[in-house]
Amino acid sequence: MAEIEKQGLRAWLMTDTPTSRRHARFAALYAGWLTLKANPMAMVGLAILILLLGMAAFAPLLSPHDPFEQNLIGRLQSMGAEGHILGTDSLGRDLLSRVIYGSRITLYIVALVALIAPIVGLLVGTVAGYTGGIVDAILMRITDIFLAFPRLVLALAFVAALGAGIENAVLAISLTAWPPYARIARAETLTIRNSDYIAAVKLQGAGAFRIITKHIWPLCISSLIVRVTLDMAGVILAAAGLGFLGLGAQPPSPEWGAMISEGRRFILDSWWVATIPGLAIFTVSLGFNLLGDGLRDVLDPKDGDSA
Amino acid sequence: MSDNILIKARDLSVHYPLSGGGLFGPKRVVRATEGVNIDIEKGSFFGLVGESGSGKTTLGRALLKAAPITRGTIEYDDGDVTYDISTLDAKQLKDYRSRSQLIFQDPYAALSPRMTVRDIIAEPLEVMGLTSTREETDERVREIAAKCRLNLEHLRRFPHAFSGGQRQRISIARALVSKPKFVVADESVAALDVSIQADVLNLLKEIQEEMGVTFLFISHDLSVVAHVCDHVAVMYLGRLVETAPTKELFAAPRHPYTKALLSAIPSLDPDDRGTAQKLIGEIPSPTNPPPGCKFQTRCPNAIDKCRVDEPKLEHSSAGHEVACHRWQELMDT
Repeated sequence: MAEIEKQGLRAWLMTDTPTSRRHARFAALYAGWLTLKANPMAMVGLAILILLLGMAAFAPLLSPHDPFEQNLIGRLQSMGAEGHILGTDSLGRDLLSRVIYGSRITLYIVALVALIAPIVGLLVGTVAGYTGGIVDAILMRITDIFLAFPRLVLALAFVAALGAGIENAVLAISLTAWPPYARIARAETLTIRNSDYIAAVKLQGAGAFRIITKHIWPLCISSLIVRVTLDMAGVILAAAGLGFLGLGAQPPSPEWGAMISEGRRFILDSWWVATIPGLAIFTVSLGFNLLGDGLRDVLDPKDGDSA
Repeated sequence: MSDNILIKARDLSVHYPLSGGGLFGPKRVVRATEGVNIDIEKGSFFGLVGESGSGKTTLGRALLKAAPITRGTIEYDDGDVTYDISTLDAKQLKDYRSRSQLIFQDPYAALSPRMTVRDIIAEPLEVMGLTSTREETDERVREIAAKCRLNLEHLRRFPHAFSGGQRQRISIARALVSKPKFVVADESVAALDVSIQADVLNLLKEIQEEMGVTFLFISHDLSVVAHVCDHVAVMYLGRLVETAPTKELFAAPRHPYTKALLSAIPSLDPDDRGTAQKLIGEIPSPTNPPPGCKFQTRCPNAIDKCRVDEPKLEHSSAGHEVACHRWQELMDT
């Protein structure tokens, strides 16, 4: 019975003759999913990220200890010590619990940056690309100025000006992350705006606002999504870097970068204190990169290798 | 006669400035169309032919106010409103947009890949504010889709699911959904297979008879033009060289260029080979047109006068005009 229903759903998703607009959109999404599914590396990336999401969502259930509970007698216990699978840090806090809770902070930063930076970039890029002329020149020169700074240094400067803390770290990273999106959106806009279908909409009498929002944005979004997933690793590293320098999340919050910074002092005697959060950063960055590569093949076939 | 004219263009010129040439050098311009006079009758299927670069697309776009008009006037009179197209204000332009439409050449480039067919066809109605409710829009979309032989099923799909002919029918539906009076079809069948071409041409013909649309049909394919058009104008290097009712033009071409074009139509008769009158050389650059008659560089009958004086359109018989100094002499040969 369930088998028949499954077949029915599959047929419904694979159909060439959708019955409603939503149906057509779902069918298109499903076709993309099938392509993505055929890519094992992308599936590994997706699995890592689903794991991360699960970790963040069920952190209180998964972590064996309170991540903030100190136990100075049991400090710097090695991996596999009783009750602490991954050992403890310099204040005797359980490393596993801290890594699990740290996933929440990482996700929070990633989600906010993934929202702010592409939207700002999309706005700037499409307006510059569509309007052209002096507006284009001014907007793109501002973008160039932002691009001229090393990312972490600019973020450092912003945090130093705004004050340390997670929100300011997000803001600083977003401010340094948007220019590449503006570049991409502008490049896409330049090709789209000379196409026949935009000429058709213009001949119908549509204004610039309608053309940008209804016709150019939907076409830019897929390449931006790809860029976002590929960029997330960099965002995580930047956040960790700020945390490491003491300008991101503040103690005792279990941010991975800050945890490495704390563990640095004991790296020779108790290598795991810095290594565990480092591995977490590495794994999540890898997951985003793998998924981003896979998504690029699905959403943007013209850029990927056709093999 | 005059109240039966939908579009009346006089001395219509479109020049595109070229970049470069230095700060102090003479400004170079491309004279895409130059001094064109054209009358398009209401309800006619008006053909515009010429080789690539002759300015036919530019002329079509200028009539839609989609190309910058450098000089000249275009009067538009559909019985309800009268506009001077070269000097429309914003409000009039918005209204004119709903009365005139363009069908593109390439059906693969003219449809947005991220919109369903229903959204593509509904777009003009939304932009022009012709319908107020979603039901009304859907009703209009279904109505025009049926006319263009598209199924309801098709409306929910994306353009990539369609063949060239089907896409062109979607394009046509989009152009006609606002019930325009004047439609420019710019090489609209050139990108299609021959069998599909006939299908689309017949569709255009049907629609024209049913909705009373006036078509300006731009093409380089004379056999297609002979099949559908009532009246044909021939362009060369931005100028109109000959205009006549289709039958008259094909039976008795006056201009040497038209004659050459007609003789170049491939014949289905295998014995009839190599009789085409060949045109030697390329069409001259519109940035640097030759003096006198623009066709003199390739004309087999050019005389000294042709190299100095530019001929004007002359009346030769009813509805037939030709721009050649020697058309009368050449008639006998």
